[in-house]
Amino acid sequence: MKMSASGRVNLVALAVLFFSLAGAMATLYVMDRTRRRPVAEDELYISSPRVLRRMSLGYTGLLADIYWTRAVQYFGDQHHGGSGDFRLLAPLLEVTTQLDPKLLPAYEFGANFLAPKPPSGAGLPGAALSLMKYGIEHNPDQWRLYYNLGFLYYTEFKDYAKAAQAFRQGAALPVTNEFMPILAARMAQHAGEFDTARMLWVTTYQSTKEARIRQNAVEHLLALQVDEEVTQLEHVVERYRQQTGRLPESMSDLERAEFIHGTPADPKGNPYQLMPDGRIEVQNPKILYFITKGLPPGASPPQPPREKSGG
Amino acid sequence: MNSRVGYIAFNTFREAVRDRVLYNLIAFALLLSGAAILVGEISIDIERLVVVNLGLTAVSLFGVVIAIFIGIGLVSKEIEKRTLYTVLSRPVRRWEFVIGKFFGLTGTLVVNTLCMALGVFLALLYVAHKFEKMDVWVLAALYFIVLQFLIVCALALFFSSFSTPLMSAVFTFALFVIGSLAEDLRGFARITRGLGGALATGIAYLVPNFSALNVIGQVAHGDPVPGRLILYNTVYALLYSAMAISGAVLIFQRRNLK
Repeated sequence: MKMSASGRVNLVALAVLFFSLAGAMATLYVMDRTRRRPVAEDELYISSPRVLRRMSLGYTGLLADIYWTRAVQYFGDQHHGGSGDFRLLAPLLEVTTQLDPKLLPAYEFGANFLAPKPPSGAGLPGAALSLMKYGIEHNPDQWRLYYNLGFLYYTEFKDYAKAAQAFRQGAALPVTNEFMPILAARMAQHAGEFDTARMLWVTTYQSTKEARIRQNAVEHLLALQVDEEVTQLEHVVERYRQQTGRLPESMSDLERAEFIHGTPADPKGNPYQLMPDGRIEVQNPKILYFITKGLPPGASPPQPPREKSGG
Repeated sequence: MNSRVGYIAFNTFREAVRDRVLYNLIAFALLLSGAAILVGEISIDIERLVVVNLGLTAVSLFGVVIAIFIGIGLVSKEIEKRTLYTVLSRPVRRWEFVIGKFFGLTGTLVVNTLCMALGVFLALLYVAHKFEKMDVWVLAALYFIVLQFLIVCALALFFSSFSTPLMSAVFTFALFVIGSLAEDLRGFARITRGLGGALATGIAYLVPNFSALNVIGQVAHGDPVPGRLILYNTVYALLYSAMAISGAVLIFQRRNLK
């Protein structure tokens, strides 16, 4: 059957349309895969929240949302790329919260990832502290902000008095978390390090919906468990030595002497190893991030691996 | 090129000139010479940076505005003035009309851009007193701006093939804004999972990627533009424009002009 001239034009146009669409998308995909990240992308052209506020023509909420997305994206990209450089995280969060001072997830993110040392965070505890204080100033009824402030004082500054004060203020709010008064008391007494730290990370886990923060809390909780178990086992070894006058040769010696029951294992299920000098080591330190005990001598606490693409 | 397409393109260009489109060059010249003199006065070692940033941004925005406002009227104006019927009653096919209009408009914009590029280089010469090796990358940025115009013209023509001039302007401008944020959009798609992630990825790849065509900030600092990026952007702009023009042809072929 012979096709009309108009039909032929339609067919050619349709073919060109599909070919071009597929080609354009493929080109874009290849560009994304091969192109070096432009330097300009990692710059904050307008870092003054005041200027941005004026430029937004009153649409500060939307602009804050855009900056918040950029902050999360920036942190994810830098983390994924294995870069320990998070220099834009603080200004991005500052701009975000000044455009929308009630954007609570931004403060939470700042408390968790601004303060820790690279590669887990930006290593800027001072900036994290300023962010929390600004947040409390604008949201005095949010217990989470007092919690984050206390958390920072405790973990980064080891200032137990200020941490206790922050937890106490948070605990006094009408809506608060059950752990807040306990944390305030513990800070005041500066007692039970493992329990206090565990309570802090459990509260962090419970009080957030942000997956990255939750995962971070879970990994810290597992690390705390390892640190505590290794400490306890090393005490057991010491008691054995005092009782028998020699170090145990294996875990079986401890079991036979009824110091332990069964073979103790880390949270990943790998048995703890007794070293010839009486120290306890974990079998695979690479999968137990943030642990400070159970490591070979001189080893630094392992950090989580870089995120996989798409995360 | 098909001679009928060439005639339509030439007439579109002539009409744009008759409509005093190139008058924007006066505003551009005033803006750039004013800026050049001003930065020369305040001299804080960023004269070149200001001239390149301001000059190239103005070239891009002036061109986009022209592309949108002329592009959306290319078809509707011909229908309104009833000149389209005269054209189509001659041995001119509808697809030739659409493609001719596209080439006419892009030709107008290329001429406009060449004049403005001359202005940018003159302003650069005024503030720096000499050309530098890195100024060659300004040419690459200007080339990318022309590629940007190709896509905007094609989109304006596509929307005008089935919509009113006002709606076509809104659609094209909206796509220009979204496309300028395409990198952020694809970044957002990367961190979104599930159905939302798939949808965001689809949209991110479907909207025109104007952000890769904008290297103004880069060249203002004298950073080179990789050859690979020039190649990819060229291929991408040609394919994306071809896609939009094919869509316009397909719709215009079926459009009832009575």
